[in-house]
Amino acid sequence: LHVIMIARGKNASDLFPAVVKNVACKNIEVKKLVYVYLVRYAEEQQDLALLSISTFQRGLKDPNQLIRASALRVLSSIRVTIIVPIMMLAIKEAASDMSPYVRKTAAHAIPKLYSLDPEQKDQLIEVIEKLLADKTTLVAGSVVMAFEEVCPERIDLIHKNYRKLCNLLIDVEEWGQVVIINMLTRYARTQFLNPNINVSPLIERYDDDEEKKAEAAALAKRKPYVMDPDHRLLLRNTKPLLQSRNAAVVMAVAQLYFHLAPKAEVGVIAKALVRLMRSHSEVQYVVLQNVATMTIKRRGMFEPYLKSFYIRSTDPTQIKILKLEVLTNLANETNISTILREFQTYIKSMDKDFVAATIQAIGRCATNIGEVRDTCLNGLVQLLSNRDELVVAESVVVIKKLLQMQPEQHSDIIKHMAKLTDNIQVPMARASILWLIGEYCEHVPKIAPDVLRKMAKSFTNEEDIVKLQILNLAAKLYLTNSKQTKLLTQYVLNLAKYDQNYDIRDRARFIRQLIVPTDKSGALSKYAKKLFLALKPAPVLESPFKDRDHFQLGSLSHLLNAKAGGYQELPDWPESAPDPSVRNVEVKDSVRAGGTVTLRGRAPGGQACGHCSSSDTGSGSESGSEESGSGSESEESEEESESEEEEEDEEDERTKKKKKIEKSKPKKPESAERSDDTRQQLPVQQFSGRSRGSLTDRHCFSPHCKLHIYCSFFLIFFNLLVSSVNSVRMYELLHRITGEGLAVEYCFSRQPFSPDPHMVAVQIQFTNNTSSETKSLHIEDPKLQSGMRIKEFPEIELLPAGESVNVVMGIDFCDSTQAANFQLCTHTRKFFVSIQPPVGELMVPAFLTENEFKKEQGQLMGMNEISEKLNLGEKCQSDHAIVERVTAKANLSRVPCGSEKENRFAGKTVSSGSLVLVTVARKEGGGAQLTVNCEKMVIGTMLVKDILQALTQ
Amino acid sequence: MIHSLFLINNSGDIFLEKHWKSVISRSVCDYFFEAQEKAGEPDNVPPVIRTPHHYLINIYREKIFFVSVIQTEVPPLFVIEFLHRVAEMFQDYFGECSEVTIKDNLVIVYELLEEMLDNGFPLATESNILKEMIKPPTILRSMVNTITGSSNLGATLPTGQLSTIPWRRADVKYTNNEAYFDVVEEIDAILDKSGTTVFAEIQGVIDACVKLSGMPDLTLSFMNPRLLDDVSFHPCVRFKRWESERVLSFIPPDGNFRLMSYHVNAQNLVAIPVYVKQNISFFESGSSGRLDITVGPKQTMGKTVECVLVTIHMPKVVLSANLTATQGTYTYDPVTKILVWDIGKLNQQKLPNLKGSLSLQSGAPKPEENPSLNIDLKIQQLAISGLKVNRLDMYVEKYKPFKGVKYVTKAGKFQVRT
Repeated sequence: LHVIMIARGKNASDLFPAVVKNVACKNIEVKKLVYVYLVRYAEEQQDLALLSISTFQRGLKDPNQLIRASALRVLSSIRVTIIVPIMMLAIKEAASDMSPYVRKTAAHAIPKLYSLDPEQKDQLIEVIEKLLADKTTLVAGSVVMAFEEVCPERIDLIHKNYRKLCNLLIDVEEWGQVVIINMLTRYARTQFLNPNINVSPLIERYDDDEEKKAEAAALAKRKPYVMDPDHRLLLRNTKPLLQSRNAAVVMAVAQLYFHLAPKAEVGVIAKALVRLMRSHSEVQYVVLQNVATMTIKRRGMFEPYLKSFYIRSTDPTQIKILKLEVLTNLANETNISTILREFQTYIKSMDKDFVAATIQAIGRCATNIGEVRDTCLNGLVQLLSNRDELVVAESVVVIKKLLQMQPEQHSDIIKHMAKLTDNIQVPMARASILWLIGEYCEHVPKIAPDVLRKMAKSFTNEEDIVKLQILNLAAKLYLTNSKQTKLLTQYVLNLAKYDQNYDIRDRARFIRQLIVPTDKSGALSKYAKKLFLALKPAPVLESPFKDRDHFQLGSLSHLLNAKAGGYQELPDWPESAPDPSVRNVEVKDSVRAGGTVTLRGRAPGGQACGHCSSSDTGSGSESGSEESGSGSESEESEEESESEEEEEDEEDERTKKKKKIEKSKPKKPESAERSDDTRQQLPVQQFSGRSRGSLTDRHCFSPHCKLHIYCSFFLIFFNLLVSSVNSVRMYELLHRITGEGLAVEYCFSRQPFSPDPHMVAVQIQFTNNTSSETKSLHIEDPKLQSGMRIKEFPEIELLPAGESVNVVMGIDFCDSTQAANFQLCTHTRKFFVSIQPPVGELMVPAFLTENEFKKEQGQLMGMNEISEKLNLGEKCQSDHAIVERVTAKANLSRVPCGSEKENRFAGKTVSSGSLVLVTVARKEGGGAQLTVNCEKMVIGTMLVKDILQALTQ
Repeated sequence: MIHSLFLINNSGDIFLEKHWKSVISRSVCDYFFEAQEKAGEPDNVPPVIRTPHHYLINIYREKIFFVSVIQTEVPPLFVIEFLHRVAEMFQDYFGECSEVTIKDNLVIVYELLEEMLDNGFPLATESNILKEMIKPPTILRSMVNTITGSSNLGATLPTGQLSTIPWRRADVKYTNNEAYFDVVEEIDAILDKSGTTVFAEIQGVIDACVKLSGMPDLTLSFMNPRLLDDVSFHPCVRFKRWESERVLSFIPPDGNFRLMSYHVNAQNLVAIPVYVKQNISFFESGSSGRLDITVGPKQTMGKTVECVLVTIHMPKVVLSANLTATQGTYTYDPVTKILVWDIGKLNQQKLPNLKGSLSLQSGAPKPEENPSLNIDLKIQQLAISGLKVNRLDMYVEKYKPFKGVKYVTKAGKFQVRT
């Protein structure tokens, strides 16, 4: 197989034409292997690769979502510039595909296309924006990945999706979680205020007075800090992920907390990070790097886990050194003695690099913690008698640094070290000793010249750094004790003059000019003492991890301590928070529609009322009393719509009333239809749905009656109900302006369409806003997908200026949400319009008993069942609200149910009569499980999406 | 993200390469070899290596280096975790993850890698989904395949990828429905010379083998969940239920998986099941040394300690060992300088002892440090922390499954300093 050759890295491109022919092969395995091959070599053999593209294009149209997805995947992996437009088109199409899996693949394809042709950026951003709005967990991770690769700077695209991403996070697959969390960390840094602003200085160890003052001043200016609820949301929703089995996810959450959480809350991540240390050594390595950085700023957090960082002799050296780093950072007055005891065991290790690092660590502990400085120093001095030269050398270097801090008290140590010059051969250590003696020669006046004498003897055999220090020592001694050392110095300088190394020659020349007084020597020699014996500041021993936290923790750049390509800076907190309202998601569909329709509904409602009473002249007062009476009753029916008895009672009453009104209203059926755009359609739906058979002859009046009831009800309870109001939504078919004064709106009245039960009834309202009359309104030239049918409304001969009229037409959508396109004609003009039904309108309520429901559900398992977890929106926690929202979204009826936590709904698709079963099972804490069983998977999937949206808002 | 993957064996041969984006020359691995040479031991190769144009992130597993090539910023743990998943997937498919098995199953390996990453971003990493698409090889199947010419590739489409529980394949059917849980606890400890505990903690995992038909919904509860201090779960576990009720509620993946791993509350004192009396000394003169080790049971909760194994990394100067063991056998490898004493079952009455002399390289100074002892052991039917599973309930499905829980305690990183 060719694949084997690819795998071994051999060039199999000669075989390309032969292989490409196999693309159309039926056998899936061969096909897959050909794909692998194709993707590998397409770049080199562009022309031939193009031959295969039509196959994929065909695949993109396949009815099976998985085939569509894999076709897109392979197509987008072919790195041939010519097909960029084809890819762009395919991605755009897939981004609005019904299947979330195909949309996910589209998100994956975006970075591929971007790397192939960066020119497409703007178009791709549009696609990303669209996909970001997607509500499925499957897509979320992939699209954020695409966002990070293509346009990480467009933080504004996130605003609207921020809360959704936070809420979806826990259900996204692991890899997606990592990417989303990292992105949200950056986002939060730009949008929220620093939660630690009111806490005194962040930096525990390195704080100095000035900083404190500055902070205090800043503090005084600031208002008390209140955390943005969105900031809180992010912290709350990421916390459970600390328990993930995936180390990358845990690390991502840890860095998020480190960068974003208030100081008091950061502690939670320590435990999880310590847990990761049990993992593979590579994981340990990365985690320790990050812990090392964290311990510098937030030492307290890891202190309880001190012992977890103890070193085992079997740890790899790089791990040992990192653990040592962490231990050193954690050292403080209380635990230093335990740590030093640990260090003592480490010094005996066989691993010499590690021993050297331990000695350095002891040095750092000694500088940081004054109390133990002497203990450490003594310990280190003891090490000087160690048999291992490396250990001694390292000790010398560290002691030198320590002594620099307080040389006066330690002349005996210096003396001891002076003796070591006889034995130690490691150049760095020798150099250090010489430097020490030179620097503090006044403390050891007797020994210093002697050392110089010895060194002068061995000068030619020394290493360069040692030679330089000998020169230094000579110069310093010459300045302080010229009597004894004058000749020695001259000798050394002469030796150095002819050294092979030019640095040393230079230095010798320079020193000679400075210190040896000659006739010509200028003003400088006066200052020689100042030059050589100036007081030198003691070195600060600090962690190499200090200040690494300006890189986002957990990132590659942090690990390398250098910016990696494509790294996005972690921005500083803003001074003042940007407008938080940008994250407010526009209240979509149901709620927004509710809002607007409410306003609009009022007018027709009022009109209708007036209209009613005017036509109802005879019974005006009666209807008034009726209204107030039934107003409260209908409220009842809303809240307790489960209890059938009551409903039936109502039904009876209503029937009676209807009969009364019937007499006065037989002539105006169209105006009755209007009630649909008012409100509170729900009970009517159930009502008319159930008793369809017997009520068909008067169903058009029932809404009318309801109109009465609800007009008053609505006016009274308007304020209370605004939020929970459900409505039949009006859609615009033709805007007043494009229609040149003719405005057309439509809605799905949810009435059975009597001429043909397989059609969905669409109610259309024409309003003539012009000053002249419009004539002969009718439909022409419908363009329909195969199988779809239209039953046109009868032609409207005349629509006077300023009037409106309602008609009903039927459309058989064939159980698909594809639009019905047709032309709307007046006597002068034609308008192209289309009606696209929401999926919930493609069904009619079906009445089932609990047992029937269960039985039917049992038959619709597996592929026909789609289940989704969700968090109920704040306003739909109750049964009542759930019923209301579900029935508003879809034309379904309720099925009685024994369990309190479940709500069931049933319906049938209009065209084919397939059952649609919906179950909403509530769980504690606002969660719920939504299950849709439907033979038609597409309908099921879309319905799940719609209901999910309705319930989560 | 992940650009390419190279698999390199211990002797430095690149035996597999796979590119998810454009092809990167294998010469990039030279930087890796350089680092490897510098590090000496494979354990010390830095996981992240910087090269002028790329970054190499590598892991070392089963004597194979998995070297991935990265071009832009990516969380290093993301890559490392993924590489480990790849290795685990190979293990899952072929029984072991070694150069030989990978070479034998090259086509499957290639298909797996192709499905696991798309454009360098992980796509399907759940073994249940992958197995649906690419059938693991079995002897029977490979025989049938050679005869009939059919393939390992499932003709079915990966419907699992569409489901909301991607870890479980659909339509599982078994005649015997069974669910087994292994509670495995490991003691990590450092004991000092005198036998006092410097540091000890218990880490545990629950590994499950669930073979149940349909879509069972399981609930596992503990007698004493308070013991568990820090936990991490398989994605199938419902975290909310754990937080509120301290029970594990989940729809399990099919087959073997790790349900949870946990850490036992550090406040509880850890019982150390064995004690070690040891005396290792090297003499200044005569280039020799003595070794005397006795192992005995300590807090074993009345159970027998089995599979006791003592491993000592000797200093470089130790040439050979001439020892006698009262129980078990010992081996000394003069190349790796590792002394292994396999004791087996620990006898209460007659404590096992290993005694004798060590010969050192003549002329070399005596070693500074005494080597520390690493102990391995196993205690069946005991979770040393005292954790107990209370019950396992199954919902949704009707049949009665066969259930079982097994407890094992092992030594994790158990080290005695000398």
